[in-house]
Amino acid sequence: MLTVENITGGYDATRPIIQEVSFTVKKGEILGVLGPNGSGKSTLLKVISGILPSTNGQVLIEEQNIKHFSPKEFARKMAVLPQLHAHAFSHTVRETVALGRYPHQNSWFSTWSEQDENAVKTAMKQTGVDSYEHTNLEFLSGGEQQRTFVAQALAQQADILLLDEPTNHLDIAHQRQLLDMIRLEAVQNGLTVISVFHDMNLASLYCDRLLLMDKGHVKAIGEPHEVLKEKQILEVYNTRVSSYPHPELPKPQVTLMPTATDERESYVVTKEQFKIRDEFVELRTEFPLKTVSSAVHNAGFGWFQSFVNRAVDLSYMCSDAHEELKSYLEQHDFMPSNTVAMMTAVAAKHVVIREFSNTTGSIIVAVTAGVGNAVDVSRAHERVSKPYIGTINTWVIINGKLTEESFMQAMITATEAKVKAMQQEEIMDPISNTIATGTSTDSLLIAATQNGTFMEYAGPITDIGKLIGQGVYETTVTALQDYKRAKGRL
Amino acid sequence: MKKTILGYIIAFVILIVSIWLGVSIGSVKVPISTLWNTAADPTATNILWKIRMPRVVLAGLVGASLAIAGAAFQGLLKNPLADPYTLGVSSGASVGAVVTLFFGISTPIFGIYTLPAFSMLGALLAMMGVMAFARLVDRTMKMETLILTGIIVSSFLGALISLLIALTGDELRQIIGWLMGSVSMRGWPYVKMVWPFVLIGSFLLWLNRRELNAMLFGEERAKYLGVDVKKSKILILIGGSMLTGAAVAVSGTIGFVGLVVPHMTRLLFGADHRHLLPLSFLNGASLLIVCDLFARTIISPTELPIGVITALIGAPVFSYIFFRQRRTKGA
Repeated sequence: MLTVENITGGYDATRPIIQEVSFTVKKGEILGVLGPNGSGKSTLLKVISGILPSTNGQVLIEEQNIKHFSPKEFARKMAVLPQLHAHAFSHTVRETVALGRYPHQNSWFSTWSEQDENAVKTAMKQTGVDSYEHTNLEFLSGGEQQRTFVAQALAQQADILLLDEPTNHLDIAHQRQLLDMIRLEAVQNGLTVISVFHDMNLASLYCDRLLLMDKGHVKAIGEPHEVLKEKQILEVYNTRVSSYPHPELPKPQVTLMPTATDERESYVVTKEQFKIRDEFVELRTEFPLKTVSSAVHNAGFGWFQSFVNRAVDLSYMCSDAHEELKSYLEQHDFMPSNTVAMMTAVAAKHVVIREFSNTTGSIIVAVTAGVGNAVDVSRAHERVSKPYIGTINTWVIINGKLTEESFMQAMITATEAKVKAMQQEEIMDPISNTIATGTSTDSLLIAATQNGTFMEYAGPITDIGKLIGQGVYETTVTALQDYKRAKGRL
Repeated sequence: MKKTILGYIIAFVILIVSIWLGVSIGSVKVPISTLWNTAADPTATNILWKIRMPRVVLAGLVGASLAIAGAAFQGLLKNPLADPYTLGVSSGASVGAVVTLFFGISTPIFGIYTLPAFSMLGALLAMMGVMAFARLVDRTMKMETLILTGIIVSSFLGALISLLIALTGDELRQIIGWLMGSVSMRGWPYVKMVWPFVLIGSFLLWLNRRELNAMLFGEERAKYLGVDVKKSKILILIGGSMLTGAAVAVSGTIGFVGLVVPHMTRLLFGADHRHLLPLSFLNGASLLIVCDLFARTIISPTELPIGVITALIGAPVFSYIFFRQRRTKGA
């Protein structure tokens, strides 16, 4: 355990860089130190490790002041990896790593024990430098040198490890490898780690807690979600960022919000841009649209420029619909990474495309409706059959700028409007014999140009909500009537 | 591991061959068997034991001292161009020696060791002066800064020596000959005078072999590895100055031995000071014995100052190292 109490210090005693810094790091914990250039991150490490003097406060390891340790005792407690520097003469990798055993050795005689040998071998293996142990450092890349020095610090077998930007010079594969390894050391062997990071996202992923420095002071300390707040980062870095959750882990990630984006002309999507082909309906836009959808291909949030609603035969069966659809898109000159695609059993010519506008702006709604598989959602639990294709696909393209909140509200509003249309057209669930609320495989897509009118909310009684409600309702009703007509029921 | 064992074998073989050549070649050819043959020609025995042997041993001690000191200075300063000569430490030792001779200083405590003791003091002061000034100029103590400071200090001290020599008036030629470096006509008393310094100095450096390895990565890193940097630095400086002082006291300023030998040794057997220091010691001894052999035989019967020979070899090597360093840094 490492305790830092009210530490003040730096290069010059009259102008301390680090001021009144206090924190505790528990055994087996990883603390990430963040902060802008010149905020005192590296200086903090140097003061903690006793390279730079402190004018006030103290640093304790296991409740003992570090000033009471001899240099070798201290090196057995704490290993430090400073930033990489050039050096004049060249040791081999092995010689470099073996130097990490210095604090464990007697100064008069060469005492190389089995323990020393094992520590060096393990450290080289952990960092993956063992394959070139007899190579001179000067012949290694920056990343390989960096890993060699990490191995040196590990060979020291100290309880506490201080790292100054350990992932410098490393590609992402080696960043991950190194940090995974350090994380494992912390979890399995109780290694206590304090590491300076430049990359907030890496720090968030690998650290238990973060410490944000600002002008030599502690601005914030706590779990990543407490520290990586947009407002806090704006204050410290004077840079606008947006924070979002990691796709798989409960760790926040931040991304830059560039100030000078390419000035793109304001533009609108019109009904005329929709093309009805033999096998599909397509929309290609000049600029990407921010999209949320439950499509087959590229579902979820994203930015896309092409939108495809592909008509397939009722008997379409494919074990890997995703792959099949992807190759279908490639064959038809769509870039799969830039395209959202759905499938329907309704022929492309039956699509209904309508434009709606009011004072707020305009939307285009496109619906293909096939209700052979209509379901009353409240009675669906009574069914046992597997879903098959027969679906209502709804697209809502909005000329405006939406928040994430309004995207969600737009989905709710559109769904409610669809249900109302089903009711109006008295589409029945054939099994429960009640009015259906949709089909078993309906898809919905909301896309917005993200320029023009700012629409903070999109609930039913907002201006945009009204357009969506009316638009989806009317378009779906028309599409359902077309469907009935095609089936000869009207 | 095998490479270093080979290094020691080669170094010992070369040293033995050098000693053999050193004692047997000269104006009078003396067979090496004279060493152990009690029934040999007494003149030959005399030449060998009274003239050749002390000369070879002295050359060996001086060469060894300068080479191991050079290796240690290079490691300490992380500078491949550092050696007692380029750093101005030799000049400092010269001033110490000349002052001792000029004022006829003799202290009862030091006895015969007065001269090397004052040389060592001069060396230490010059070294500290150079380092302090270089640090003042440029905190990171870049290679060029240090060498330039060494030249400034060297020139100044050289001028000081010239001034002292001019004031003495007589025996000018002898002192100049001494200044250019020579081990001729010294005899056993000189060997006696320096060997304790060589032994202690080398031992001090050898004690710090691992610390030197650590300091190659910078003082900060060495501290993190648990090295008591301040203590090691002081010990290395004292050891290096002791060796330089001893060498200069008996042979004057002989340049470049401390540069060439560690460089070659490092190139062949690696930068690990655990082996670099002893190997430089052995190879330095061999080099100077051979150089001395050349100095006294090449235009026989006239003897060249040994410093001429070492400079003839050393200056091109210095240029080469400098060239290589700059090229690799620029690349």
